[in-house]
Amino acid sequence: MQKISNVYSDEKLYKKLLEDKNITIEDALENEMVINMGPQHPATHGVLRLVLRLDGETIVKAIPELGYLHRGYEKMAENMSFVEFIPHTDRLDYTSTMCNNVAYVLAVEKLAGIEAPKRAQFIRMIMAELSRIAGHLIAIGTFAMDVGAITMVMWTFRERERIQEIFDRVAGARFTTSYTRIGGVASDVDDEALKMIKNFLDTFEPALKEMDDLMLHNRIFIERLEGIGILTKEDAIALGVTGPNLRACGVEYDVRRANPYLFYNEMDFQIPTYTEGDCLARYFLRGDEVRESVKILYQCLDKLPQGEVMANDPKKVLPHKTEIYSKMEELIHDFMIINKGINPPVGDSYFSVENPKGELGFYIVSNGEGQPWKMKIRSPSFCNLQTLPLVCKGQMISDVIAIIGSLDPVVGEADK
Amino acid sequence: MDTKEKIINSVKEKFGEAVVEISDFRNDLSITIAKDRLIDVAKFLKENPELQFVMCKDVTAIDWATRKNRFTTVYHIYSFKLNFTLRLKVNIEENPPAVESVVSIWPSAEWYERETFDMYGIEFLNHPDLRRMYMPESFEYHPLRKDFPLLGISGSMPLPEKME
Amino acid sequence: MGLEAKLTKDGFITTTIDAVIAWARKNSVYPMPMGISCCAIEMIAATDPKYDIARFGSEVMRFTPRQCDLMIVAGTVTYKMAQVVRRIYDQMPEPKWVIAMGACTSSGGMYRSYNVVQGIDQFLPVDVYTAGCPPRPENLLNALMTIQAKIGKTKARDFKDKPMVDLELARN
Repeated sequence: MQKISNVYSDEKLYKKLLEDKNITIEDALENEMVINMGPQHPATHGVLRLVLRLDGETIVKAIPELGYLHRGYEKMAENMSFVEFIPHTDRLDYTSTMCNNVAYVLAVEKLAGIEAPKRAQFIRMIMAELSRIAGHLIAIGTFAMDVGAITMVMWTFRERERIQEIFDRVAGARFTTSYTRIGGVASDVDDEALKMIKNFLDTFEPALKEMDDLMLHNRIFIERLEGIGILTKEDAIALGVTGPNLRACGVEYDVRRANPYLFYNEMDFQIPTYTEGDCLARYFLRGDEVRESVKILYQCLDKLPQGEVMANDPKKVLPHKTEIYSKMEELIHDFMIINKGINPPVGDSYFSVENPKGELGFYIVSNGEGQPWKMKIRSPSFCNLQTLPLVCKGQMISDVIAIIGSLDPVVGEADK
Repeated sequence: MDTKEKIINSVKEKFGEAVVEISDFRNDLSITIAKDRLIDVAKFLKENPELQFVMCKDVTAIDWATRKNRFTTVYHIYSFKLNFTLRLKVNIEENPPAVESVVSIWPSAEWYERETFDMYGIEFLNHPDLRRMYMPESFEYHPLRKDFPLLGISGSMPLPEKME
Repeated sequence: MGLEAKLTKDGFITTTIDAVIAWARKNSVYPMPMGISCCAIEMIAATDPKYDIARFGSEVMRFTPRQCDLMIVAGTVTYKMAQVVRRIYDQMPEPKWVIAMGACTSSGGMYRSYNVVQGIDQFLPVDVYTAGCPPRPENLLNALMTIQAKIGKTKARDFKDKPMVDLELARN
C-alpha cells in the first residue's frame, strides 16, 4: 500500500471554505459538494488549485491555492548580481519573454542612473511589442481551446512560430531569450532580421482576419461567453487589477500612456477600452491590442535610428567582447563588473511596465553592493487571480473554465 | 514637482507629528510614518477628494537584519486623479513583528499581506484570513528572512519515496 | 513499403508475438503532459503544425493518467508539487515510461533554492532525460524516438501480472 497523500494538512483552507454564519457543517455537507479542481487540470493554465463548494452546479464559494510553482526568485535575487538575474526574468511570464527582460533592465537602469542609447531603446521596443503579440496569441488560442474551439490553438501557434523564428535570428534562442543587458541589448539586429519582421507584419493581417471570421460570428462561442464573469469597475480598482482585465471594465489605464518609458510617447496608438467587463469583452480587447501592436511596430521600423547598442559607461556597463580580448582597461572593467557587480547607490526604486498580462513592477532596494538587498516582483497575474473568488460566485462550474481563461493567469509569474 | 509638494503639504498639514521621514530618490516620493497612525494616514490618503489614492499596487517588507527596527513594511499606492505612485513605509521592531492590516481600506491588500506574512512572519492584526500563501501550512520557517539559508533546511518538507 | 514489403506471395508473415506487441506499443504512445511551467509551452509547440508530434503516433495528449503510457514532466517540480506528480504517476497503468523534459526536471536546473526538487529522479524512475532550458521541440521529438526505440526492445511477458498500485484515499 503506497502511502502518499495528506502530507500537507488543509484544515485552515477547509475552515475558510465552509465558513458561513447561518449554516452548520453537517447541513453544508449534506446539500452541497466540495470539489477540488486540482493542480493538474487541462484548463487551469498551469498549476493552480481551486477548491470549490458547489450547490448542485452553482458555485457558492471558490478559493484558489497557489504555491505549487514557488521557485524562490526573490531569495535567489538577493544572492546573485544584477546581471546574473536576467535569465531568471525570462521565466516569470513565460508566454511573453522579451517583455520581462525589458522591464527588469529598465528597473535596474533607473536605480543605477544609466541611460541606454537610442537605437537600443528602439530595438527593445520592437522586441517588447513582438513579445506582446506572442503573449496575446497564446492567451487567445488557449482560451478558445478551453471553451471548445480547438482549431484556434493550432492557428495561433502557427503564427507564434513565425515570431519565434525572428527571436531565434536576433537573440539566438527561440523562447527564453535573455536578450537585453544593463545599458543596452546584447547584440545588434541585422538587416535580414528587419526584413523578416517586415515580412511577418505584412502577412499577419490576413491571418488575423481568418481567425476573426472563425470566432467572432460564431453563435455558440458568443452565447457561451456573453455576460459571464462580470467584473465591475469599482471592484477591479479596489482589487488592484491592471492590464487588459482593467481596460475591459472601462478604466483607461495603460502604463505606456500614464508613465511613458522607452519612446512610447513618440508613437501614435490607441488604447482599446470596453465597458461590459465580461469574458467576451476581454477576448475582443486582446484582439484589438494585437492590432495596435502591429501599428506601433510599423512606426518603430520606420523610425529606427543608427548607432550603438550598448551605453558607454565603463564602470557600470559591460564593454564589448572584442575589446575585452585586446585592451587592458576593458579587461579590468569586465572583471570588476562580473565579480563585484555594478554597485548602484544606496536607496530604493520602483519601476513598472505594461506587460501583456498587466503591470509588471520591480521594487529594488540596494545598499551599495553588487547584489540587491531586496527585490520584489509585483506580478500582474498574482493580483488578477485575487478576483477569482468574487467573479466565480454564482456562476456554473463550466463557466469557471471560461473565467480563468479570460483572466489569463500565468502561474509562473503568480508564484514567483 | 507640483504633485509631490501637494501630497507632502497635505499629509504634513494634517499629520505633522506622524511623519518620520520624507525622501525623494530617483523621482520616487516615499513617506515613512509612525506605526500607530498608519490607518489614519491611509484613510486620509484614500478619501481626500484632492488626492484619491484608490488603488494599492503592492505590499511588501524589507528585513534589515541588523537595525533596531528589524522590518519595514512598504506600501505602493496609486492615484488615478494625480497619476502618481506613492510609497509609504512603516518601521516595525522584531519582537513580535506586528502591524495593523490595511484590508479595510484597500481590499487588494488581502493577498499581498498574506504573502508578506508567509515570507517574513509579520503578523497583520485584523486581517480576515491570515494563512500562508506559497509554502505549505506545516512549514515552520519564514523563507525571506535573512537568517534562512538559500538552500533551505533539510527535512523541512517531505518528498515521496522512490519505488525501485 | 513498411509492412507490405515483408509479405510473401501468399500474404503470411512469421514473427514473434513480442515483436508485434512491441511494434504496436511503440507506434501509438499516448503522452500524458504534466505541463507545469515554461517547458509546457514548448511541449504545446511540439504539437503545433510546424513540429507535429502526431506523425509519431502521439495523436492526442490525454490529460487523464488512466489512458496514457508516457508521462512527460515539463517544468520545475517543487516539493509541494512532487506529491501531486507522484500520485499521478501511480495512477497510470503499466507499462509506463517517463521523459524528464528540460533542465529543471533533470537536475533542478538553474534553481538552486529551498523549494525546488533537484531532479525528479529523486522520487520517480526516469527513462529519458532531455537537456535544454527549454529544450527545442525537435529535442522532445528526439526523446520520443529514443523511448520508441526502448519500447521496441521490450518483451510483453515483462509486464504480465504487475499489480495496480493501491492509493490511499483522502479522508477529510
